[in-house]
Order: sequence, then structure tokens, then C-alpha cells
Amino acid sequence: MAERERAATPPYGGVFSARSQVMDAEDLRRAVTRIAHEIVERNHGLDGVVLIGLQTGGVPLARRLSEALSQIEGVAVPTGSIDVALFRDDIGIRPVIPEAVTDIPFDLTGLTVVLVDDVLFTGRTVRAALDALNAYGRPRAVQLAVMVDRGHRELPIRPDFVGKNLPTRHDEIVDVRDDGVDVGEKRPAGQETHRR
Amino acid sequence: MKHLLSIADLGADGIEEVMRVSDSFVEVSERAIPRVPALRGKTVVSLFYEESTRTRLSFEMAAKRLSADTMNFSVSTSSAKKGESLRDTCQTIEAMGVDAMVVRHSSAGVPWQVRSWVDCTVINAGDGWHEHPTQALLDCYTIRGSRGSLDGLRIAVVGDVKHSRVARSNVLAFTMLGAEVTIVAPPTLLPPSLDGWPVAVSHDLDNVLAKVDVVYLLRMQAERQSEALLPSLREYTARYGLTRKRVDLLPEDALIMHPGPINRGVEIAADVADLPRSLITRQVANGVAVRMAVLFLLLGSEPRA
Amino acid sequence: MVDITGERMADVLVAGGLVQAVGQSIDPPAGATVLDAAGCIVAPGLVDLHTHLRQPGREEAETVETGSRAAALGGYTAVVAMPNTEPALDSAAAVREVLELGMSVLCDVRVAGAITVGRLGKDLAPMGEMADLGVRLFTDDGDGVQDARLMRRAMEYASALGVTLAQHCEDKVLAAGGHMHEGEWSSRLGLPGQPAEAEELMVARDITLARLTGGRVHFLHLSTAGSVAMVRAAKAEGLAVTAEAAPHHFTLTDAAVASYETNFKVNPPLRTDADVAAVKAGLADGTIDAIATDHAPHAAEDKEVPFDQARPGMLGLETALALALTELDLPIAGVLALLSWNPARIAGIESAHGGPVAEGRPANLCVIDPAATWVVDAGALASRARNTPYAGRKLTGRVHHTLLRGEPVVIDGAATR
Repeated sequence: MAERERAATPPYGGVFSARSQVMDAEDLRRAVTRIAHEIVERNHGLDGVVLIGLQTGGVPLARRLSEALSQIEGVAVPTGSIDVALFRDDIGIRPVIPEAVTDIPFDLTGLTVVLVDDVLFTGRTVRAALDALNAYGRPRAVQLAVMVDRGHRELPIRPDFVGKNLPTRHDEIVDVRDDGVDVGEKRPAGQETHRR
Repeated sequence: MKHLLSIADLGADGIEEVMRVSDSFVEVSERAIPRVPALRGKTVVSLFYEESTRTRLSFEMAAKRLSADTMNFSVSTSSAKKGESLRDTCQTIEAMGVDAMVVRHSSAGVPWQVRSWVDCTVINAGDGWHEHPTQALLDCYTIRGSRGSLDGLRIAVVGDVKHSRVARSNVLAFTMLGAEVTIVAPPTLLPPSLDGWPVAVSHDLDNVLAKVDVVYLLRMQAERQSEALLPSLREYTARYGLTRKRVDLLPEDALIMHPGPINRGVEIAADVADLPRSLITRQVANGVAVRMAVLFLLLGSEPRA
Repeated sequence: MVDITGERMADVLVAGGLVQAVGQSIDPPAGATVLDAAGCIVAPGLVDLHTHLRQPGREEAETVETGSRAAALGGYTAVVAMPNTEPALDSAAAVREVLELGMSVLCDVRVAGAITVGRLGKDLAPMGEMADLGVRLFTDDGDGVQDARLMRRAMEYASALGVTLAQHCEDKVLAAGGHMHEGEWSSRLGLPGQPAEAEELMVARDITLARLTGGRVHFLHLSTAGSVAMVRAAKAEGLAVTAEAAPHHFTLTDAAVASYETNFKVNPPLRTDADVAAVKAGLADGTIDAIATDHAPHAAEDKEVPFDQARPGMLGLETALALALTELDLPIAGVLALLSWNPARIAGIESAHGGPVAEGRPANLCVIDPAATWVVDAGALASRARNTPYAGRKLTGRVHHTLLRGEPVVIDGAATR
């Protein structure tokens, strides 16, 4: 889970405390490979396909997917990133600050955009991303790839590619990192516990 | 933070945050559709009691790019001419339901007074000779864009410091970010006391130029001559103007800045303002992004109480 | 009881406007009103040399009546009304109007006349006809007399009338456009300042003129260390000079302006810590003879404007005594000398005010609890205006009762009419 999301939910400034690991590094690698194959299959190749990672958690995942895709098909997939802070519908409800600059160095008009994020939760970040994409052209299609779908959707949004479906409680936190996925909760600062 | 009145309210960390967030807004400004919905439903009023084209337009564009509604109150079209008091005007406007007032006034301290009378966010867009915090922010951001950081830079602020809100805010901002500031001016254009100002003072521009990374020129107003602060503008230019010849005294990579509007031929020679090392137009361009960052941080990033 | 003769425990019996008896355990006659003064100090009523009552012309800020109520609540039994009304008090007719308005109010209202016609600094006002009405002080307060030659003539002319000229010391050209003290704070706040020297130049000039003419000069609201030093030297030299200081000049500094709160705008402006210390020292060693309020009411619309457009001045009558008791390190008799018998002497009204509390004297008295603490509430002040810089400030010392010519005009801290 992105650091920003963590900072933005009560208790503010709390720290993530992992309870159990649900995917290890190998699981993660296999899921990335599988999603890459599904993207190729769904789009009949990679012609006109670009990846856009959602800042901040989706960006490293987009990079890994991009690498996997170029290994499968032997072509480089254009990859960008987008910060949706300014498009969120919860500005004023919680602290929102742009964390990173949006970087989409190509016109999206006519392309197939695969949005990539680490965790799909309420769907509000994806909705904001769909709005934000408008400023960069009119894609032919937008697809959504996430590593973990943890449920609790508040909007009619459905992922096209999923690493793992993971039932969670609303107040739990899912943490996706390069070396695995943890579930836990947030505790006030100073009460962190460590996995392993 | 709810208001931006003085650059001192931000502190070094606050300035850094504004600059960091400004990066996002520079990117927004470069988009085909340079508009984001971040402040949709918010209303920003510019309350300008003093002529200002660039600052007012810059704030207005910033607010519009954030999808805020904007309203304009300027003295020539308003009831201030009918003798309505400042307090009544502010409270009337607030009653219409505004989220922020951007205040420009020829009297020092007015934004502080406005803050004590209204509940909405107040942003100082220049008060008398006192402060102009968003100018300081955009100047810091512009220098950072060229040099990466202000830490350790040597900056000369040249000209009418006494009557300059830009100088007051910039000296504070530059020094908070670690720059060494030298003020260069005739004694009549210095504030009566520099106690507590973390600056060096010089009356010899030629001597200072060789040792600076940035030379920041202040606007010289013609009325200073009639107030017996200067014998003549010509004499000012001869001693304190950035002439083509003086540019040669500057180190190769030194930058030239000015808050505008410039008086070509007075504080800066006509051709000097257009040199590649002059950042004057970049300052204006950055002004919009920095003001977007300020509006967003004040109105958008905090949970509503 | 504390008066010019010292301190003692006593009861005071008042009747017919006069003090009838002073002594231990007086039995009140049947039907007498008994005012409790346990733990309090009975003193001669206070005298303010410097009150702006704003009538005629600015009745939205203060009237003779509202100002007199504020005075009575502050322990004052006499005030000297400044002549910078609209029109100015520069003739017998104008003076008589204010004296008449003051006949039936809650304190004795005396008038200072203008030195020059319309306070314009050009022609001498008819001081003689005003002196005939009892005017003992003349001033162009609000402005100093800028022209040295005119000031010299005024001093010479006044000496024959036995009256005192009171000067608002401010060199207008040097002070021009200054809205606060010029220094570190004005530089930082971007407000045009007026240097201490603008006051000091005129203090120096008038001391020189006093030496030249032998005339009597009273310096209004001294505010700078330099002014205090010059007056000290002039007194040592034997010149006929007296001086007053306002409470705000020993309790507040220019740092207060950082709020841009216009209630801190006053003229002469709030000065530095060093000046405050010098004024306190001057009050302690007798260089400064009196504390005078420079009570200057202003309507809200004249204060709720940008700092550099606001009128200068602050309320003072209801807070002066408590500020002196709270902030000055002086014995109570020292404070009362500065607030009562010294100013009474300068105003030339010592036969009625500020004298000893003794049988046969006019019963102009106040009863003070020197230990009572209270918090200034701008909304509760009796003045029509609200421009006190002390709102929310906790002070020690409060007036319980005030008697004007034997009538209790304030009982238990409340005006009786």
C-alpha cells in the first residue's frame, strides 16, 4: 500500500504493523508473469498498448510488468506514471498532497492504456485516474491491472487483470512490496511490530 | 496551515513543501488541457485595492486551473469608492460564501486585519512595503529550477529595499533556505534599521557583482526622486543600475532576476533584461504554478474542520 | 488614607460638598450614606491634564458626558479637555461652550485653550479672553507649534497672563508620513516611521526658548529617552519646565504594532524598551511630574481601516491608575502624586483638586483598592469609543468610589448616573 494512503487514513502518522504474509516474492513474480501473458492475450499482442502506473504504489509494479512484457513479446512497452491527487473526490475530507510528478511522455489518443496499481480497494483512486487521463488524450480503451483486489468497492469499477483476490476487513491494510504482500493494520507510531 | 500572510509563516520546511508541490503544477500547466478538478466548488476572491495586473492574473489563472470559481474585487469598480469601510467590504464578500481572499493593498498589514475580521483563508498578495510571500516563493522556485537549491548561494538584492515588499519577503525566504544575501542600495533606500536582518549591506554594486550567484534587481520608482531620496534616476542608474558593462563583472553562470514590471534603462539596461541568463520571464511563468501550489495547499490538502 | 501630607488611618465625613471631618472612628450622622473603604485607600481625586472629550465635532467618539463618566470610573475628579475639537477651542465663546457642557457631568471639566487660531500655527489665539474664563493651559495639541518665532512670542505673551503653554512636541517635517516609531519594528513591518528625533528636536527647541523667554512650558506626553534626559537637564538648570507621560508610553512598545492592530496606533508612537525604561525612570525621579492619559477616543470606523489610515490615539481614563499601580515600581503616594496633586498644580486647580484631605476642603475624593485585580473588557468601558489597547490585560488596582464635590458619582465601581 502506498505510503500516501497510509498517511491519509486515521490514525494519521501511524505505522503499518504486519500480521501475516499472503504472497511471497515468488508468488509475486509468478503473478506478474501471468498478468503479462493475460495482457498480451487480451490485446492480441502489444500493438498500441501502454502501461501507466498510479503513483506511488503502482509505479514499481508497472515497471515490472513492462519488463515481463518485453521478455514475452520482445518489444518495449511505453510506460508512464500518473499522480491522481488533484483529481481525487475526497479532497477536503482527508489530507491529499501530490507526491510525485505525473510523467506521460506520449499522446494517449487511440492507444490502449493499462492502468496499473498495487491494491484495488474502494475504486476512488482509479476513478480519479480515469479523469486525469482525459488531459492526455482520448485512449481507445482503458484496462486495469492490480496485484491485489481486496474488495469493499464504493464505485462500479472492476479490474481486468488481478494478481490475487484477497478478502479483507475494511480496517485492515494491505502492503505490497517487491518482496511480497502483507496484511496487517495501522497502529499509532511507536507500536510497530516487524514481520520475520 | 490556513493562511499565507508572511513568508515567515511557512519556514524553510514550508517553502520546500510549496516548491515540491509546485513541480506537480508545472507539469499540469504543460498539459494540453492544463486544468485539474482539485478545487472544484471552492470560490477564490481577489480583493485588490492596488493596481496589479500580473499578480492578479497569475492568481486568477492559478485558481481557474484548479477549477475554483473566481471573483474579482478591484477598487475602481467597487463600493470602496462609495466609502464602505474595509471591514464591511470583507464581511460582505465573505457572506457570499467564499473560501479564500487574495488580498492586495497599498497599506502594510491589511491582510492581518482582514484575517481578524473573516473566517475564510486569507492570502497576502502584497501589502504596502511589507511582504509579498508568493513572489518570494516563485523566486525561490525559479532559482531552485536553475541551481537545484538555494543553500550556500550568494544573492545580491539591489535597489529600493526600503519601500519594497518583495525585498522583505525575499530576504526572509532566501536566508531561510541557506543563501547568503547582500543588500546593495544607497543609504536613503535602506530601511531605517536592519537590526535582525540576516544580511550584509553594501553601497558598491561593482564590488559585489563579481562574487554573486544571483543578482536580484528591485523596481525603482520615479517618485523616489521627488522625495529627496535620490538626486536623480540617472545618478541611480549610474551607480546601481545593471548596465551591459556591469553584466561582464558577473561570474559566467550568475543569474539575473527582477520581480517586474521592469523599468528598462533605470535599474536594468534594455538589452540586459533579455539575456539568456535573465530569468525574468521564467519568474512569471513559474508564478502560476507556485500560486496553484499555494492555493491547493491552503484550500485542498487539509481535511475540512 | 493617602494624600500630599502622608498616610494615615481615618474616617472621612463629607457634607455640603466639603470635607467636614477627618479622624478616627467618626460616627455617621443619622441618614448619612456610608461608603465602605475597608482595605482601601482614600485619596484626593485624580486629575488628568490631557483628555480629548471630542465635543464639539466628533460626538460619535465621545461627549463631555460620556468622557466624564469614564473619568469618574477611573478615579478622576477633574480633567483638562484638549482644544483640538472641531472647531478648535480657540476663543472665549468656544471655551465657554465646553465649560457649560461640563457643569453638570460626573467630573470637573477644565479646558485648555489653543495657542494659535484654529490650531493652524499661524496667528496667536486670544489667550487673554480665554484666561479670563479660567483657562490655565494653552496648547495646539495634536500638533506642535512648528514656527519657533511664533512659539517664542506665545511664551512671552503667556508669561504676562500667568498661564502655561503645553507643547505637543513633534517636528512635522521630520515626522511626516510616520505612522509608528521609526526603528527595528517599522523597518520590519514596512510601515513608515517617525524618528524619536522628531519629538526631541522640538523638546530641545522649546527648552531653548524657555531659557530665552523665561516662560513656562509643559511638555505633553514625553515618549523618548532623549526627551526625558533633556527635561531632566532643563530642570537641573532651573528652567520653568514641567512634563507628563502617558500610561501607554510606560507600558507598551512598538513591538505591539506587529499585530497591525490599529488600537496600538498613537501619537507620539509607542517606542522601544529603552524609551519605556527612561520614561519610568523619569517618573520615578521627578523629571516627569505627572501621568496624563492622552485619552483619545475614536469611533470604530476611524480604527477599522488600514494602519496607515487609522487615526492615532487610545482610551486611557479607566485604565491609567491601574496601569500605574501595576507597572510602576513606586509607593502608592508616589503614584498618587503623579496622578493627583502634581497635575492639579500644573493645571492650576490645586485649590479644588489634589490637595490634602482635610476639614473645609472640597470633597473631591476617590477610594482605591490597590490590591483588586481585574481584566480590561473593552465592551464594558464607559467611553463611547472602544479603542483601548489593553483589552484582555489583567491589571491590579481598582477604583471603588469617586466623590465629586461631595456627591458619590461612582459607588462600588459603578457610575451613579
